[in-house]
Amino acid sequence: MRIRSSQATLHLLLLVGGFVILLPLLWMLTTSLKSPGQVHLPPYLFPQSFEWSNYQKAFAADEFSRFYLNSAVMTGGIVAGQVVLSSMAGYAFARLRFPGRNVLFGLVLATMMMPVYVTLVPSFLIVKTLGWLDSYTGLIAPRLVSPFGIFLMRQYYLSLSSDLEQAALIDGASRFRVWWSIALPLSVPALATVGIFAFLFAWNDLLWPLIITTDPDLRTVQLGLAMFTGRYGTQWTLLAAGSLIATLPAIIAFLFGQRWLIRGVSMQSTK
Amino acid sequence: MGEDGSSRDDPSSRLGVTGWYRKRNRLGDLNAALILVVPTLIVLGVFTLWPIIYSGYLSLIQWDGLSQDRPFVGLDNFVRLWQSGELAQSVQVTLIYTFGVAVGSVAVGLAVALMISRLAHGQSLYRSVYFLPAVTATVAISVVWGLLLDPGSGYVNVALRQVGIQGPNWLRSTTFALPAVILVGIWKQLGFNVVVFLAGMAAMPKEVFEAAEVDGAGGWKIIRSVTFPLLAPVTLLLLIMGVINGFLVFDQVFVLTGGGPLGTTDVLGMLLYRRAFQFFDLGGASAVGWVMFSLVAAITLVQWRFYGTGARGIGG
Repeated sequence: MRIRSSQATLHLLLLVGGFVILLPLLWMLTTSLKSPGQVHLPPYLFPQSFEWSNYQKAFAADEFSRFYLNSAVMTGGIVAGQVVLSSMAGYAFARLRFPGRNVLFGLVLATMMMPVYVTLVPSFLIVKTLGWLDSYTGLIAPRLVSPFGIFLMRQYYLSLSSDLEQAALIDGASRFRVWWSIALPLSVPALATVGIFAFLFAWNDLLWPLIITTDPDLRTVQLGLAMFTGRYGTQWTLLAAGSLIATLPAIIAFLFGQRWLIRGVSMQSTK
Repeated sequence: MGEDGSSRDDPSSRLGVTGWYRKRNRLGDLNAALILVVPTLIVLGVFTLWPIIYSGYLSLIQWDGLSQDRPFVGLDNFVRLWQSGELAQSVQVTLIYTFGVAVGSVAVGLAVALMISRLAHGQSLYRSVYFLPAVTATVAISVVWGLLLDPGSGYVNVALRQVGIQGPNWLRSTTFALPAVILVGIWKQLGFNVVVFLAGMAAMPKEVFEAAEVDGAGGWKIIRSVTFPLLAPVTLLLLIMGVINGFLVFDQVFVLTGGGPLGTTDVLGMLLYRRAFQFFDLGGASAVGWVMFSLVAAITLVQWRFYGTGARGIGG
């Protein structure tokens, strides 16, 4: 009996806490569906009306569809690059013997502790020299490698048995072929973890797009929203609709990929 | 690399195949390594390693990014920013923000994780709910928090008015802007800590708890004398990761306050951005970058002291 009542107390406390945590997100949803006249009325959290036109207005007020396309291209490029390159490099560091392997892997790990701010100005100058300002290449290429992803993939390959790969080698397959046909398909769960981290990183990023784009046609969703705030600061329904649009893909990715995401996050406590 | 540990991974040695096979395989490894590692090395070289050296050089010269004239000024970039008070203020603001978010999110995260871990049902549902802020876009949610903290019709002040308190103009107040930004930081960071604490608790040996129960220890006593000591390493790790993340904060400050009012939320990331991309003071900006590196390096040394080397951070 005591157990049951303490369980009820825990649920009550956690529900209240969870409600506070979700409040800003709920408010965003409700406000995005309000008519302009209702915005400053006393608080209520469940929509009394459904002004879907706020979304049309937000899309019409600025080039949100264009921002969406830009974010999609940038995120797609970064996710594909980080997943494939992490698998390639992780496999090489786990399985192959070549001169300088440990030094190079140490170097990759060392770059993890280098804050992005140290390299921000030089990276900007390099991208400028390459003529990549205001381009998809400039948004994607500098962020194709994830040292954390390489580390994660290497650990994963080390935990796999190499028997199958050795059989294939004896049958005459090349190492590259073995990586592509055997190791890559076997590592899908780890690739999913790298992928969802890359997706959230790229989709939510602000700083790099902010500094290397001046052309409004190349703004990403987050950058577009940050700029939108300056111009439409008083139109709360549009701001809420814009914010919801900007964060929805990340929330959907979380709902579908949380198994791999939670695994990746949890790994950090047990390493 | 020579012969070290080769037998585990080398089919030829296991099967006793003769020399030509070994040699072919060794060359195969090298060829494959070239294909597999070189793309990564090119990207890292051009956009991380070379920029690190470049940044060291930039921090020692005075340059607007365009002019032919790039006088060498040594450490004057650091001295100039420090003496103007900007850098000193940013360091102070960053440390307060970092301390507030790291300690706040670890303390609350531990409490939440302890409660969730004792549930008979619904653990993963609560975990997802509390983790959700960690994945929402910082820009989007900062826009929302900006409206919630609106002095007139924002929810926060509306709620305070219900209980008879006149709330401040949060984001325009030199007293309350930084606490408001810290609050958003805790809100974002909390779920990550909850998940890591829960993983840490799941990894704890069950026998210890059974032994404590056999010895007659009750709920709170077990938490205090068994759970807390076992969680100490995870707690320290989360504090360190929180501190590193805190040093590097940018997005929510950019959206919520832009570093104002009067520089009271002007974290190092904002200072660097402003020096580089509004005042074209590339030397000063690079100097700020190295100050941030020093802070991260100092805390990383603490981490190595306790754990040895390893991975850190989300995303990378």
